[in-house]
This record gives sequence, structure tokens and C-alpha cells, in this order.
Amino acid sequence: MGEDAESTKINHTFLRDYVTEADVISTVEFNQTGDLLATGDKGGRVVIFQRETESKGESEEVEETGDSGEYNVYSTFQSHEPDFDYLKSLEIEEKINKIRWLPQQNAAHFLLSTNDKTIKLWKVSERDKRPEGYNLKDEEGRLKDTSTITSLQVPVLKSTDLMVEVRPRRVFSNGHTYHVNSISVNSDGETYMSADDLRINMWHLGITDRSFSLFLSDIVDIKPANMEDLTEVITAAEFHPHHCHLFVYSSSKGSLRLCDMRASALCDRHTKLFEEPEDPGSRSFFSEIISSVSDVKFSHSGRYLLTRDYLTAKVWDLNMDKGPVETYQVHEYLRSKLCSLYENDCIFDKFECVWNSSDSVIMTGAYNSFFRMFDRETGRGVTLEAWRESSKPRAVLRTRRVYNGGKRRRGDVGVDSLDFTKKILHMAWHPSENIIAIAATNNLYIFQDRVSPETQLQ
Amino acid sequence: MFPKGTKRKFSDSADEPAVSGDEEAAAVVPAAAAAPSAAVRALTSAYSLQRQSLLDMSLIKLQLCHMLVEPNLCRSVLIANTVRQIQEEMTQDGTWQIMTQALAAAQCPTDRLVATEVLCRQTDAAAAGGQSPKPFGVAGLEEGYHAEEVVMEGDVEAEVTMAALAPASPQMSSASYLAGTFGMGPCWEEEEDDDGECEEDEEEDSEECVSEGEEAEQDHLSAESRTGEQVFGTFEIKHPAPPPDPALEELFSDVDPSYYDLDTVLTGMQSAPKMGPYDLLESLSSHGGPTALSSSSSCRSDLNELDHIMEIIVGS
Repeated sequence: MGEDAESTKINHTFLRDYVTEADVISTVEFNQTGDLLATGDKGGRVVIFQRETESKGESEEVEETGDSGEYNVYSTFQSHEPDFDYLKSLEIEEKINKIRWLPQQNAAHFLLSTNDKTIKLWKVSERDKRPEGYNLKDEEGRLKDTSTITSLQVPVLKSTDLMVEVRPRRVFSNGHTYHVNSISVNSDGETYMSADDLRINMWHLGITDRSFSLFLSDIVDIKPANMEDLTEVITAAEFHPHHCHLFVYSSSKGSLRLCDMRASALCDRHTKLFEEPEDPGSRSFFSEIISSVSDVKFSHSGRYLLTRDYLTAKVWDLNMDKGPVETYQVHEYLRSKLCSLYENDCIFDKFECVWNSSDSVIMTGAYNSFFRMFDRETGRGVTLEAWRESSKPRAVLRTRRVYNGGKRRRGDVGVDSLDFTKKILHMAWHPSENIIAIAATNNLYIFQDRVSPETQLQ
Repeated sequence: MFPKGTKRKFSDSADEPAVSGDEEAAAVVPAAAAAPSAAVRALTSAYSLQRQSLLDMSLIKLQLCHMLVEPNLCRSVLIANTVRQIQEEMTQDGTWQIMTQALAAAQCPTDRLVATEVLCRQTDAAAAGGQSPKPFGVAGLEEGYHAEEVVMEGDVEAEVTMAALAPASPQMSSASYLAGTFGMGPCWEEEEDDDGECEEDEEEDSEECVSEGEEAEQDHLSAESRTGEQVFGTFEIKHPAPPPDPALEELFSDVDPSYYDLDTVLTGMQSAPKMGPYDLLESLSSHGGPTALSSSSSCRSDLNELDHIMEIIVGS
């Protein structure tokens, strides 16, 4: 496999693409070990992929001696159904907005999935054994004729084909008037929060047999007394990875608020505000819209925050609230097209952003099936494409370039040829390895770095 | 790549003199005849045309919400903030006064403005009061009924203002009759023509803001002159529609009238039924709004003529 001249440090192998049936993927999330990958789609379904370990995988699928394994479908289930709010005469979409895995405590896996209004806790468990040899029941469970029983036997566990069972354990409903945009599990493993446009709620997970949560508190409420005064909404929220009393939420005005729950029950006042002063020179009618933060993520270290607004991705230091410490231009060439993008509503697209496992690389999506990775040490960015026509399985991903004046190279894509319907909004990075999952409309792409001595990523 | 619409650049060409159609401009801005010429120039300059079209676009976006699903509050808030921002700027340079005075002169209080009451369904159930999530409930339903009544009575108005014609995308053109506020042509046919012109304009990848501004202006003004003469310098066409017109019925058939509530996008208040387009801006702005709309009986005869013309255009 030849190395592209432009990709010096990054060398990816495209292993396999997975086509989900007709539905647009709306969220992607690895679990804490990276062995499981969950996707949610607009149809309310969740598909869980499991990484095959070497012993299970077919030998021809695993090249060389890497510890790479493929991701295969593990379970599929319908998480949410379309609903109807009769009083408002409005449909409630079944689209899965977010999935978050709980830290694993036993053999079963738990995940939270949410649509606009309702959050559900699902238990995913495996069953690969079943008892056989009952005395009073036959194989189908029917009672035996007692006259045929002549001896006593002890039932034994026999292996069966692997069965994955998914069951709803709890349903957290009626907690949100507005649309839920984020959920985040606390590091304490017992609580989680859900954020909508104006409120953030905290819930207790307590795995009990009851299906409806009774413990609920409102920890942030930015709804003004008079809705006419509403000028700012919550766009994303996340708990700190290590400190269970800290969380951050972002707003449509581009500000971040770090809240400490120890200070008060309602975290409206005891917050640290992170805001970048506006550049008066570049002010336009779209300044506010493009400053709206679409995603916020703590670094794995807990020391930094990564935010995404329309044109940039920014890294903030928690100790520095005056502005970001790093700013990366994702698609600056769109700045002159903002009016058209406002017209066709693309300016409201919400892109996600992710850290790699060591917090040295950040990644976010763009248009035309492009996504971008930035190396924080060098500040350099690359553009990659998630599009099956231009990639064969196992091919090295070419880096792409958008041409916007200057010298045009072969393979460059012109700004006016960008396909704005092909948006890379959702993505995930494996927690410990260089494996990324990219959702491109109804396709899921999984890319893996082929780590070889001369092309270490970090 | 982009849907059909007028391509615009927000270049700062506010000082550009009005190119063509000074006379049309004068016809279209009768109330501004006495206004300082600088303001008139500002009104017709490319920048303010662009700004106006952005304003129109924003208001239309606020109105054309998804019919079935609750609209995205974040998007609505951002658009509303943009509208506020434009309005503030227009207030500062005086164009706001001119526009609203002109509108006030033409407005008749007995008009039933269905279309201009349209805004996003309010998303806040608790806006009417209370903190815990309450169903949308009473307020919206009442107004839903009200709007329904209005629609069934057949009062349908379209409005033509001096604003630039909004770039109508296909989905907009059918609802545009209902939206009927800024910048929508008084009839579908004309809009289609304008679409054609707009298309031609935007396909030219012109880097010169000047020429673009000119074309936009020409489009705007020529379209305005078509209707402008008929409008006789008024800013509203009131069209009490005759008994059920199949074309209109078809338009309304997939529209749930309960969505044409009187709520502004951010409030759940039961505002007065008659809310002109600028009332919306009033409610959004923190500045004291423009003067209240006053009645004028002199426009009656004009309106009768307009009604007649509307009927011809609509083809009823």
C-alpha cells in the first residue's frame, strides 16, 4: 500500500464499511473498552457492533499480526417509537439523539439512549448456555407424563448459540419540555444528566425493578421568566471525566459554563464562564449563529475542553476562561458563503467533535463526506473522506483538499462543488486505540490506523 | 449546489448610489418622499437591500416551521436574534422609521391578517406560567381555533412591501401565499418569474458586488414596479377571497390552521390577533417600537382596485 505524499504521519486502513438499512445514523458511541460500538438512527433503532477478538475472527480477515479485529453486528433493537403529543398536536420524533454507555459493572452492558423527550436505560446481556435435563419438564417445557420418569437426573448447563438479549430497564420520561440534546453519565456511575434547550436534569440510575425514575432534580434552568427575553439556549452538556461534581454546558452564543454542583443545588450562579471576546473586525449578521457551540467534550485528562462551532474547533484550558488556547479552522472557505448557508439552513448544522485517546489529536466533521483531524502538537490538519466510491476496503485513505483560490492540485475539490447534503455530523473515537467510527448519512465507516514502526500516530 | 435563491454577498457597499429605478424607488416609497434623501439612498443601496432580504428571509424562516414536529428552539432563537440585530441596525440608521411609517399609512385596522400572524408554534408549554413541564394546552388551542375560523371565512391576504422579494424555494412558494409577509410577491406567477430572474442572477459567479447589487436591485425594483404601480404605493393588498376557491383550498389542504397561531416564536402569550409583520419585530426588539398602526380610509378605493387585480392574478 503506497503512502500518499501528503499523509506523513497518518496512515489509515479502511477495513470495512457497514451499511445500515435505509436509516440515517444520528449518533455513534464506543463503550469504555471500545469492544462495543453503538449507533442510533432516525428510525429509533440502535445497532450495537462488537469487535471480534482474534480467536473469533476469521484468519483471512486479520492481516499481519496486528491486534485489529472487525466490528460485526452484535444486536439490533428498537429503542424509541414515534410518539405523539396530543395536547400540542405535534409528533415526537423517534430519532435517537444520543447514546451513552454506562461503565461496566458485571457481565451485562448498560446503555442510555434518548430521543427528544425520553431517555431509556437498556440492559444488554448475553446468553450462551441453557439448562437441560429437567426432571419434570421436557425440552419444550411441557410437563412430562410422570409415569415415564424412571430416574432422577441433575439438569446441566449446555452451550447454545450466543443470544443477545436487550431489555429496557428504566424509562426516564416527562423530564423535558424541550428537546434533549445531550446526556452524560457521571464518573460516580450512579447518576447522569440530560440537557435540553433550557434545562439540565440530573437523574439517579439506581438499577431497580421500577421502570420509572422517581429521583430527579433540576440543576440548571436558563428559562427566562418571560419567554420573549429568550436569546440563548443550551446546546450541549457533559460531566467532567473524573470530578463527579463538575460539568460543563455550552450555549448558542458560544459561551461555556463550568458548573460546580457542590456550591449550590441550582447551578445558575456558581459557574465559571468561558467566552472568547468577539473580534469586531469580522462582525456580521451571522457572527452569533456561527459562534453557537454545537458540541463540547472534555479531554480524557479532564484538563481541556473541545468545542465545535460552525467554522472552527477550539480547545480550551479549564484554567483559562478568557479564550480558547487553540483554534482550528475546519472549513474557513465557507465564511464567504454564510448567507447562502443561512438560506439553505446548513448554517444550523450541528457537528460533533472528538478527542483521540491521548488527547493529542482532535477530529470533527465537515461537508462533502469530509472530516478533519488536527494534530495538536503541530497544529496541522488533514482532510479525509468517508465515501465508499473513493475507497476500497483496506485501501489507505487519501487526504483531500478543498480548493479555494491559489494553486490547484489534481484531486482538489472546488468550494462550489461541495455537496452540502453529505454532512459528517456524528463520529466517535475508540477510547484507547486509533479506531474511528464515522457516520455518513446511513453508512457507518470504521477506520483503523495501521500502526507500523515508522508511522506512529502519536 | 445551493437551492435556488438569490446569491448575496454581504459586502459593505452602503455608500453605493442607487443605480436604476430611482423613480420606481420613489414610487415605492411614497411616505418617504419627504424623508431625507440620504435615507432614501440608504434604503435602495445594495447593502440595505441585502439586509432587508436577510430580514425577510429570517422572518420567513421563523414562520415556515415544520408542520408536524416541534420546531428546533435553538434555530428559532438564533434566527430571532438575527432579526433583532437587523432591526436594531435599521433603527440606528433611520430606515426603520421610514419603513414602519409607510406601513402605518397603508394599514387598515379592520384587516384580518391571517398570514402575518404566522410564526413558529411556541415550544414552551410553561410560558404561560408555571415551572414544571405543562402541556402546550389552552393558549395555543384557543388561538388555533381562532385562526381556523379566520381561514374558513376565507380572509386571505397577501402583502407586498417595499422589501426585496425573497428568494422563494419551491417549498416556499406554496406556503408563501399564506406567509404573505415581506417580500412575497402578490401572486404565484409573478413569483415564478422572479424565481427565474433570481436563478439567472445567482448562476453568474460574479465577484463584483456592484453588479450583483445592481441586478438584485433591478430585480427587486422591477418586480416592485410591476406590482408597485398597481399597489399605488401602498404596502398591502387586502384580498377577501371569494367562496372556496379550489386553488386556495388545495393550498390549505395540507396546512393545519392551528399552526398559524398568534404566538411569536418565543412567547406563548395571547397577543392581539392582528399582528402585522412589524409587530413581530416590535415584540422581539427591546427598543420602543414604531408607532402604532393607524387607520386610513383613503386606501379603501385603492384596495378595491387591488382586490380586483388580485382576483385576476389569482385566477379565481
